[in-house]
Amino acid sequence: MIWEIKTKKELAFTNKPWVSAILPLIILFVSMSIIKTDTFLTTSNIMNILRQSSTYAIMAVGMTFPIITGGIDLSQGSLLAVVAIVVGMVIRDTGNILLAVIAGLAIGVVIGTLNGVVIAFLGMPPFIMTLGTMRALRGVALLLTKGSPIDIKLESFRFMGTESLLGIPIPAYIFVLVAIAAQFILSKTSTGRFIFALGSNMEAAKISGVRTNWNRIKAYMISGICVAIASVLYISRLGSAQPIAGEGYELEAVAAAVIGGTSIVGGEGSAIGSIIGAVVVALIRNAMVLMQVSTYWQSIVIGLVIVVSVSIDIIRKRIESRRVN
Amino acid sequence: MVNEDVILRFEHISKVFPGVKALDDISFDIHRGEVHVLLGENGAGKSTLIKILTGVYGADEGRILLNSQEVKPTGILESRALGIGTVFQENSLVPHLTVAENIFLSREIKNKANLIDWKKTYVECERWTKGLGVDIDPRIQVRRLSVAEQQIVEIAKILSQEPSIIILDEPTSTLSNNEINNLFNIINKLKEEKEITFIYISHRMEEIKYIGDRATVLRDGKYIGLVPDLNEANLDDIIKMIVGRTLDEKFPKRDVEVGEVLFEAKNLTVNKTIYDVSFNVRSGEVLGLAGLVGCGRTSTAKAIIGMLPKEKGKIRMEGKTVTINTPNDAIKLGIGYLPEDRKREGLLLDKPIRENITLPVLNKFKRMGLLSKAMESRTVMEYKEILSIKTPSIERKAKYLSGGNQQKVVFSKWLCAKTKLYIFDEPTRGIDVGSKSEIYRIINDLAAEGAAIIVISSELPEILGVCDRIVVMCEGRVTGEIGAGEATQEKIMKFAIGGVV
Ligand SMILES: Nc1ncnc2c1ncn2[C@@H]1O[C@H](COP(=O)(O)OP(=O)(O)OP(=O)(O)O)[C@@H](O)[C@H]1O
Ligand SMILES: [Mg+2]
Repeated sequence: MIWEIKTKKELAFTNKPWVSAILPLIILFVSMSIIKTDTFLTTSNIMNILRQSSTYAIMAVGMTFPIITGGIDLSQGSLLAVVAIVVGMVIRDTGNILLAVIAGLAIGVVIGTLNGVVIAFLGMPPFIMTLGTMRALRGVALLLTKGSPIDIKLESFRFMGTESLLGIPIPAYIFVLVAIAAQFILSKTSTGRFIFALGSNMEAAKISGVRTNWNRIKAYMISGICVAIASVLYISRLGSAQPIAGEGYELEAVAAAVIGGTSIVGGEGSAIGSIIGAVVVALIRNAMVLMQVSTYWQSIVIGLVIVVSVSIDIIRKRIESRRVN
Repeated sequence: MVNEDVILRFEHISKVFPGVKALDDISFDIHRGEVHVLLGENGAGKSTLIKILTGVYGADEGRILLNSQEVKPTGILESRALGIGTVFQENSLVPHLTVAENIFLSREIKNKANLIDWKKTYVECERWTKGLGVDIDPRIQVRRLSVAEQQIVEIAKILSQEPSIIILDEPTSTLSNNEINNLFNIINKLKEEKEITFIYISHRMEEIKYIGDRATVLRDGKYIGLVPDLNEANLDDIIKMIVGRTLDEKFPKRDVEVGEVLFEAKNLTVNKTIYDVSFNVRSGEVLGLAGLVGCGRTSTAKAIIGMLPKEKGKIRMEGKTVTINTPNDAIKLGIGYLPEDRKREGLLLDKPIRENITLPVLNKFKRMGLLSKAMESRTVMEYKEILSIKTPSIERKAKYLSGGNQQKVVFSKWLCAKTKLYIFDEPTRGIDVGSKSEIYRIINDLAAEGAAIIVISSELPEILGVCDRIVVMCEGRVTGEIGAGEATQEKIMKFAIGGVV
C-alpha cells in the first residue's frame, strides 16, 4: 500500500491469533514423524486423522462465532445427536438423502436461532441458555430413539463419510470448504465485522448502528448450521446414530477454538485457528493411540495442551503490548 | 544546582514506542507546593510522562528524583507509597463496585472486629464527594454514574489518600463550571494549607491560567520550554509554544443561511430522567444543549437515537414523523450520535483505527459485495490527515492512542458516516487547542453543507462560540432557549439552575 508505512509491529506474526496453535501443531507433527515414522507418517494414518478430525473441526468452526461474540454454544454436542437421529430416521423411512440433509440443516438453523433469540432479546447468559438446550436436546434424542441406536445402511449415503476423492477423504474436503466459507464471512463480510465489533464492545457497536441482536442471533445460527453439517458427516461415516452421540463434543470444540487463538472473552478469533486447533486435538489422540498410551492419558495431555496454547496466546499478547508499550 | 524547593526532578527522560518517540530527553523541575501544568498537543507525551512517574511504564532512559532521591516505582501501588496520587486520563474505577468501595479500595476502613466499618466508610465517602460539591450516593455502583460523576469519584478517591503530590490528567474535561470551581477551591486550599504539589494536565486554556503557577510545554515528545508565571503569561504566547505556530481565531466564523426545520423532538419523556423535552434544529444550524452535569442532555440524545426507551414523545425528521427504536434506525434516517464516553461507548479498543472509523457505514466500503480494506484505508487516511490523528499506522489498535487522538477517531467515525443530523456529545473532550478550532471549522463545513448539528458541551465558551441557538436544560426539562446574539454565560447558568431571566 503506497499510502501507508507499516511499522514492524503491524506486520509482525505476533499479530495473528492462530500462531499459538501452529507451534503445538508443528511440534506434535515433527516429533511423531521422528518417533513413529513407520506408523504415523503413512498416507492412511494421515487420512485417518483428517477423517476423524472433520467432525470436531467443523463444530469448532461453528463454535468460533458465538465465542467471538463473547458467548458460547454448549448445545452443540446434543444438537449433533438430534440431527444425526433425524437424518437417520428420514433415510430409514424414506430413503431420500436430500430430504434428510435438508431436515438436518433445518434443525440446526432452528435450534441456533432459538439459542440466539433468547440470548439476544431476553439477555439470557449464553452459558445458561445453551446449557438448557444442551440438556433438553439430549432428552429429545433419547425420546426419539427410545434409547436405542438408529442404523443406516444406504450405501449412497455412507459414501460421503467413508470414501475418498483423489486419495483424500471426502469429509476433509467438506471441512476445508466450511472453514473457507467461515473465514470468508469473518473477514470479508459486514456480518463478520459486526460480530467482532459487538464481541469487542457491545455498547459502542450498538451506538455505531450495529444491529447487535440480529448479529448475535446469526452467530448462533452459524454454529447450529455447522453442527448440522458435522452431524451429517458423522452419521454417514459411522452408519449409526446413538442417542448419546456427540456427548462432550461441545467442549472439544471450545478446546479447539481456544487452542486456535479464539479469545474466550470475545472480540478475537478465526476459523483457520479453530481448524488448526481441531487438528491438534486429533493429532494428540492419534499419537496416543499409536504409542499405545491409555485413553486416560489422552485427556490429561489434551488438558495440558489447552493450558499451554492459551499461555502462548497470552504471552503473544504481552509481547504485542510490550512492543507497543 | 541544589534547590531545596525542588520536590520532583525529571532528568533526561526518553521513551520510545514502535514508530513513535513519545518522550525525547525531557528534563525539568517541579517545586514544592506549586500547581505545575503540563501542556502540549494530543500525543505530545504528557500522559506518557505521568505513566513513567507512576511506574506504569518504565523509561528507556533518564531518571526521576523525588526529594533528591532517585525513585523508580514499578507500579501505582509503589508510587502511592511514595506519596504520589494520580487521577489518570482514562477512568480507572471498578464499574461493579460501589462508590464507597471504589474510593476505599484496598484501604478499607475497619472496625474493632477487623470487619469493614460501612457506616464510617459511607460518612467518609460523602465527606469527600460533598467537598467537590456533588451529591453522590456512596452505595451506588459506579457503572450507573455519568461520566462526570465518575470523574468526581475518581478525584475524591485520590484526595482521600492525602498524597503529597497529586497528578491530575485532564480532570476537568468532563466537568462543568460548578464542579470545576469546587475542584479549584480544593486545589488552592491543599496547596496553601498543606503545601501539596500538583501536576496538572489540561487543554482548557482559560483554566490553566487561573489554576496553574508554572507550566512546562512539550511538543512531539520534546521539551519546548517553561512558562515561569502563568498568571503573567500571555495566552497567545503559550498557545504558540504548544502548537508551534500562531493560531487564527479559536472559533472560526460561520456564514451559513439557516434553512428549513430538519429535526424536531416533541415531548420526549424517558422514565425518571427527562420530561417533555421539545426542540427543533434547522438545516445549516448549530444548536447547543447546555446545562449542569446530570441535567438530561445525554439522556435526551440517547432517547433520540433509540438507546433509551421513550415513554412518550415524537420525533420528526424533514417533516415526517419517524420511529426510532435502535441506533441503527437512527443512522438509516441520517442521525448520528457521538457519545461522551469514548472508552465505553465510542471505541472498539482492541480493534484497529480503520475498523473503528468505518463501522457505522461499513456497507459503503464494499466492492462486489465484499469488504474492501483498500477502500476503507483510503477513506480512513483522509480523516487521519484532516484531524491530524497522531499514529504511525491506521492498523494500530485504538487503545494505543493518546486520549485526544482516540477522541479524534470517534469524531472521524461520525464524519465518515455523513449523516444529516449530527449530535456531538462533548465533541472536543480531551482535544488540544489547535485541533479544537479544526473541529469547529469542520462543524461549520457540515452546517454549510446543509446538515443540522446539536452540540452538547459543558464548556460554556464552546457552546457560546459555535452555536446559533442554545437550549438549556435543568433536571430533565427544557428551561430556556437563547439566540446566539443575546447569549451570555450568566444567562445560560440562570436557566441551568432552573431560574428565569
Ligand atoms: N501504550 C502505547 N503504545 C503505543 N504508543 C503509545 C502508547 N501510549 C502512548 N503512545 C503514543 O505515544 C505518544 C504520546 O502519547 P501520550 O498519551 O503521552 O499523549 P498526551 O500528550 O497525553 O496526549 P493527549 O492530550 O491526547 O492525552 C502518542 O503518539 C501515542 O500514540
Ligand atoms: Mg493524555
